[in-house]
Amino acid sequence: MDTIAVVGASLAGFSTAQQLRAIGFDGRLVLIGSEAQLPYDRPPLSKGFLTGELTADDLPLAEQTDFDELAAEWELGRTAVALRPEQAAVELDDGRTIEADGVVVATGASPRSLPGTEGIAGIHLLRSLADAERLRADLSTGSPRVAIIGAGFIGAEVAASCRTLGLDTTLIDTTELPLAGLLGDEFAGVCARMHTEHGVQLRYGAKVSELRTDGSRVTGVALSTGELIDADVVLVGIGVAPNIDWLAGSGLALGDGVLCDSGCVTSNPAVVAVGDVANVYRPDRGTRARTEHWTSATQQAATAAGNLLLSNTTQEVQSVPYFWSDQHGVRIQFAGTPQPADEITVVDGAVDDRRFVANYVRDGQLVAVLALNNPRAFARARRAIGRPAVAA
Amino acid sequence: MIAVCRTDEIATGESVKFDADVPIAVFNADGEFYAVDDTCSHQDASLSDGFLEGCYVECPLHAALFDLRTGMPSCLPAKRPIRTHMVSVEDGWIYVNVAGQSEEVA
Ligand SMILES: Cc1cc2nc3c(=O)[nH]c(=O)nc-3n(C[C@H](O)[C@H](O)[C@H](O)COP(=O)(O)OP(=O)(O)OC[C@H]3O[C@@H](n4cnc5c(N)ncnc54)[C@H](O)[C@@H]3O)c2cc1C
Ligand code: FES
Repeated sequence: MDTIAVVGASLAGFSTAQQLRAIGFDGRLVLIGSEAQLPYDRPPLSKGFLTGELTADDLPLAEQTDFDELAAEWELGRTAVALRPEQAAVELDDGRTIEADGVVVATGASPRSLPGTEGIAGIHLLRSLADAERLRADLSTGSPRVAIIGAGFIGAEVAASCRTLGLDTTLIDTTELPLAGLLGDEFAGVCARMHTEHGVQLRYGAKVSELRTDGSRVTGVALSTGELIDADVVLVGIGVAPNIDWLAGSGLALGDGVLCDSGCVTSNPAVVAVGDVANVYRPDRGTRARTEHWTSATQQAATAAGNLLLSNTTQEVQSVPYFWSDQHGVRIQFAGTPQPADEITVVDGAVDDRRFVANYVRDGQLVAVLALNNPRAFARARRAIGRPAVAA
Repeated sequence: MIAVCRTDEIATGESVKFDADVPIAVFNADGEFYAVDDTCSHQDASLSDGFLEGCYVECPLHAALFDLRTGMPSCLPAKRPIRTHMVSVEDGWIYVNVAGQSEEVA
């Protein structure tokens, strides 16, 4: 293989590029990324970067020497507009094409917006450093009232960061108890209580009926319950959609992301997909899944790099999905694939102390582990996932 | 030199943490003892909470791996090494010579 083009120069793309070099690929490596910056870390954007604890200088994913060592051609600020497998080429938005015998699709995902909100000042999405800079600027202008639509992890973390900044913060979600589907009722309840204890106003089980504006800037959020939440800044955090539009006509099998086998190989063996955009077959579940977690991207990168160089699936992604979240000074860590009927037991610490580990057990097997402020026990417990559960 | 604890107080695969100029973690990697700075070079996580595999410790937060012999990270997101410290064992006690400290004291 002479040339590999990596499309998307963020966590998944950069990690795959590093892995390719680590296993001996010494050909031409081209990294194409829409954003102007060298790869940087997104998780701090909703946490320390918003509160001012971190700056843009803290975010690069590697030292300059590591970027240099990659000996890659960087096409930053450039968007790939098409993948043409018959010519083995990636077409760029400036009309050039990059010919490549191997392609890594690592274009990530974009936040969904609420229809009709484009161009209204004060309404934000959060994915990129540019998004975070705009949001931070708005949050530090005066003492704005903040409404957050969507209480997933991004919404919850932004709510916590806004409280750290001392701002009047309302968190809105259509479900009665956000995260219950993932964590179960009890621990979703703990997350909700953490918000109220830290002064976040919760409006759960409420739909947004209208965003009020003064013509150019948002002034409030009208809810289905009839309530009007006054707001100067609104963050919309209602999930993401994988960036696959540019792959129309590529011949790749697409669905919710790029469909891959268990080794991140797409329907074209010269193309692998990694990170938030990849919908990877999970033999343990018998279905495909797209995982929007940091560590999934880095773990898939190693597998994908090996399979791409061999044009064959010789390795499968082994990892158990894992993510962390930091809210109100509490570190939440979760690993595994739970289901609502799983039996949940606290095995270390106490829920009221906000320091515990809980096991999720199905048919005698440990299937997931949740920890709050208990990284040590979590690091050990998570390795037991998939094994018979030890009685507490 | 700091006397940390007795060798039998750290089981294989386990660690203890003590405070010097910064917190330091001592690991028992299959009978060999290693001491490194406890705070991950990436962000705020305590490596003594991490999982030990051979001579590598995995950061409990974002899973960077550090080689306990050299302090070098072997994968993202850690970019910088952590300091390593000399360990000696005498009469069943573990002693750590904290890097840089003896010069300061002298
Ligand atoms: C605010 C925030 C907080 C988060 N916090 C956590 C956390 O606490 N824990 C956790 O586990 N995960 C967290 N995540 C998720 C984690 O950051 C993602 O899983 C990770 O960034 C995925 O990496 P990726 O490279 O697949 O995608 P991305 O990081 O989205 O990168 C894709 C890149 O491709 C570029 N691109 C898209 N289309 C094209 C194209 N056609 N041509 C060229 N370039 C293109 C994009 O501009 C982008 O730079 C967070 C995410 C966000 C946004
Ligand atoms: S804090 Fe250790 S890897 Fe991030």
